[in-house]
Amino acid sequence: MNARRAADTERVVVTGMGWVTPLGHDLETVWSALMRGACGMAPITRFDARTFPTTFAAEVKDFDVRPFVRDIAMHANAGINSQFALGAAAQAWKQAHLHQSPPANARRVGIYLGAGEGVIDTMNYLAANIRSWDATKGRTDGAAWAKLGHSLLQAAREIEQEPNMPLAHIAREFNVRGPTSNCLTACAASTQAIGEACSILRGGEADVMIAGGAHTMIHVLGVTGFNRLTALSTSTGDPTKASRPFDMTRGGFVMGEGAGMLILETLAHARTRGAKPLAEVIGFGSSADSYRITDIEPEGRGAAAAMSQALAQAGIDPRARGSDGRPLVHYISAHGTGTKENDSIETVAVKRVFGDLAKEVPMSSVKSMLGHLIAAAGAVEFITCVLAIERGMLPPTINYSTPDPACDLDYVPNTPRASVVRTCLSNSFGFGGQNDTVCVTAFEG
Amino acid sequence: MPVPMRRVLITGVGPVSGFGVGIDALWDGLCSGATAIRPIAAWDASGFISTVAATIAPEQLDIRAVVPKNYRKATKVMARDIEIAVAAAASAVQSAGLVTRGTAEGATPTIAPARMGCHIGAGLIPADSDELAAAMQSCQTADGSFDCGEWGRTGMNNLTPLWLLKYLPNMLACHVTIIHDCQGPSNTITCAEASGGLSIGESMRVIRRGDADACLSGGAESKVNYMGLLRQTFAQRLARVPVGGDGAAAVRPFDPTADGTVLGEGGGLLVLESAESATSRGAAAWAELRGFAATQCLCEDTVGADLSNAGDDIAAAVDGALQQAGVCADEVDAVVPMGSAIACVDAAEAHALRTIFGSRAASLPLITVAPQVGIVGAGTSALAACVAARCLREQRLPARLSTSGSKKLGVDADARGAIAASLRHVVVTTTGLGGQSAAMVLGRIA
Repeated sequence: MNARRAADTERVVVTGMGWVTPLGHDLETVWSALMRGACGMAPITRFDARTFPTTFAAEVKDFDVRPFVRDIAMHANAGINSQFALGAAAQAWKQAHLHQSPPANARRVGIYLGAGEGVIDTMNYLAANIRSWDATKGRTDGAAWAKLGHSLLQAAREIEQEPNMPLAHIAREFNVRGPTSNCLTACAASTQAIGEACSILRGGEADVMIAGGAHTMIHVLGVTGFNRLTALSTSTGDPTKASRPFDMTRGGFVMGEGAGMLILETLAHARTRGAKPLAEVIGFGSSADSYRITDIEPEGRGAAAAMSQALAQAGIDPRARGSDGRPLVHYISAHGTGTKENDSIETVAVKRVFGDLAKEVPMSSVKSMLGHLIAAAGAVEFITCVLAIERGMLPPTINYSTPDPACDLDYVPNTPRASVVRTCLSNSFGFGGQNDTVCVTAFEG
Repeated sequence: MPVPMRRVLITGVGPVSGFGVGIDALWDGLCSGATAIRPIAAWDASGFISTVAATIAPEQLDIRAVVPKNYRKATKVMARDIEIAVAAAASAVQSAGLVTRGTAEGATPTIAPARMGCHIGAGLIPADSDELAAAMQSCQTADGSFDCGEWGRTGMNNLTPLWLLKYLPNMLACHVTIIHDCQGPSNTITCAEASGGLSIGESMRVIRRGDADACLSGGAESKVNYMGLLRQTFAQRLARVPVGGDGAAAVRPFDPTADGTVLGEGGGLLVLESAESATSRGAAAWAELRGFAATQCLCEDTVGADLSNAGDDIAAAVDGALQQAGVCADEVDAVVPMGSAIACVDAAEAHALRTIFGSRAASLPLITVAPQVGIVGAGTSALAACVAARCLREQRLPARLSTSGSKKLGVDADARGAIAASLRHVVVTTTGLGGQSAAMVLGRIA
């Protein structure tokens, strides 16, 4: 579908954006940090990780949700992931001027998040498991577990771990009563949420959607899980040098945390209320690798399918040049985790889609600076695409020093680059084989 | 001009429940008036307020026999929820008469892999306590607390490297898409009991917008484990059933004495398929998926554990689904509500039914399966959709148990045997913890 020919009710525009990230809690602070090549990584403070294979992460620092919400009592038990979600959504709501004139019909406002589960009550949960172990039988004693569980764990804290809780908090805060959903496809979740939110708008089920993601896995069992998978960087040097996407010496991803939220609406609705479109979403592609539980399909089949679908929906030929002589896509926000496998296969996939033009499409990974926000990564990276369009600057891939023959594209190494940016792809690929790509472009009336 | 929407048919149903795997096991169990709720036998549940559940017995589900031979190794990293989804997928594919990589390796698949999507509702899967506790034994301090330092140094190495992948919610879809080679759009919805319905709605959108010709769609979960039972207890959703208590009798949907539910293992996957695809291969559909809608309830407690004021939101979801279907309320002949016997949810659902159906609500048959198969978490609305599809094909309503006073709530849910019924459309509606409601309208294939 060519967006230029679509009716205003079928065009989806971005009218608000917000994020809470390891480099700050508002658009300007984070963007200027990305333009400096700053890095949010440091030793883990949320628990004592000194003996873990990985001792560092990109944590959100000094975040206080209270200034972002109407009445903190409604969110008294909110987990840290829901707090990030509220902070980001409040920024987006405000940028879209919905705080001054909220939508008249709450049933026409929906939410689609790709938010992660809450943080487990680690010490109490683990104590219940340890102490109820029956060594003689070699298994947990159910009655003992029940007793410990009921006494050590708390109701509100347990319920708040359900993955749809960030959504519930946002719904309450902004009086949302239309279609809502939460997906959790690991690292692809919030890109998928943005894509499906657009589908809901185009299908006429809602006029406005809050879309994005929120997540943290910087806790004992989260780091344990990824350490066991050997997916995390275990660098013992300077943490700010640990995330090295597309570099020959890359050694795994670095965990981040936070949230990214958008206000999406039909162009018709934005026009009616006089909202200023920041960008237009013109394509979405989603695929499954259907290959292996742990490995990515080596030819990049799934990733290429997601990008190709997004481009086809956008009406963009990836092998064609524009009137300025450049490819029609001006920037790709890479999934770019900094694992050996992802970065080389993502490179293969981009070549598969763009052919000979692949080397002329700049592609960078802000995960080198922000870490990997897991479910929230896609939404945050989508926002960097919109800011790149708005400001004519590409964020760099920092820590790039040693070229890898398997990664031979233009990764915008180390320093930001001025460029006229109209159209971007934002890629997210999840553990388990879900691949999602969104195509966003400068808004033209 | 809007393009006419592609019609979406249900060409396969694969429910999994305490009655076993497949639609026949479920249907026969439901119609016979039996219950699959039994004492939890696999571990000592005496310390929980509910000691019963509709569990799937080992002889009903042997996961190694369900998967292709070359995939048996992967069953080692399947949490219970994943096993259920994988079994449901095998059943759904068989029911639809599809050839996939999972049914015949190397054969030409009925649906091209790139045109086959997969949307599965999943729950928050807890780690296996035995596995975790065994791994942590060397990591405790003198007072029995967790020794984080020792865990980081040595303890975590006791866990299998793939440990995390047993518990990520999207691993249900991961395994199913690998087994059946579904390369189209795939998603994992995590909105508690509404997850399956929301997944079905998403598959419907995907097929209508032309991104897939068919999808495996639904949900699966087992909360029959320590954390599942505890969290449901904390959310005040469970009926009190001490050791020796009668589980089915404790679940009384829409009865004024309703006081909580019982958990089950299960869910289901359906094959949703575009009418063009089904027609071209001559598939006999179970039902047509006519309409879908979702809404959000604003709950006083924010988190949607107390759903007592969700009635208008459920009504809005049902109304939206009817509108999309182009079906008026008078053309609906039965409803599968959540029917959980969680008093606040029952009251909200009854309110919604009275709102939509007016005086007809008192005589409109409700299909309440919770006394027989429990509430199956993220699988709830998918299992309900399978039941609705079978009802439409059979023109029959299954038995109901336990309830005797549903008139007081203005609805028809009292216990009775299975009966023949003339069914044009059946509405399925589910509202989950968190406040999401998903409603759909299924229509009879003429």
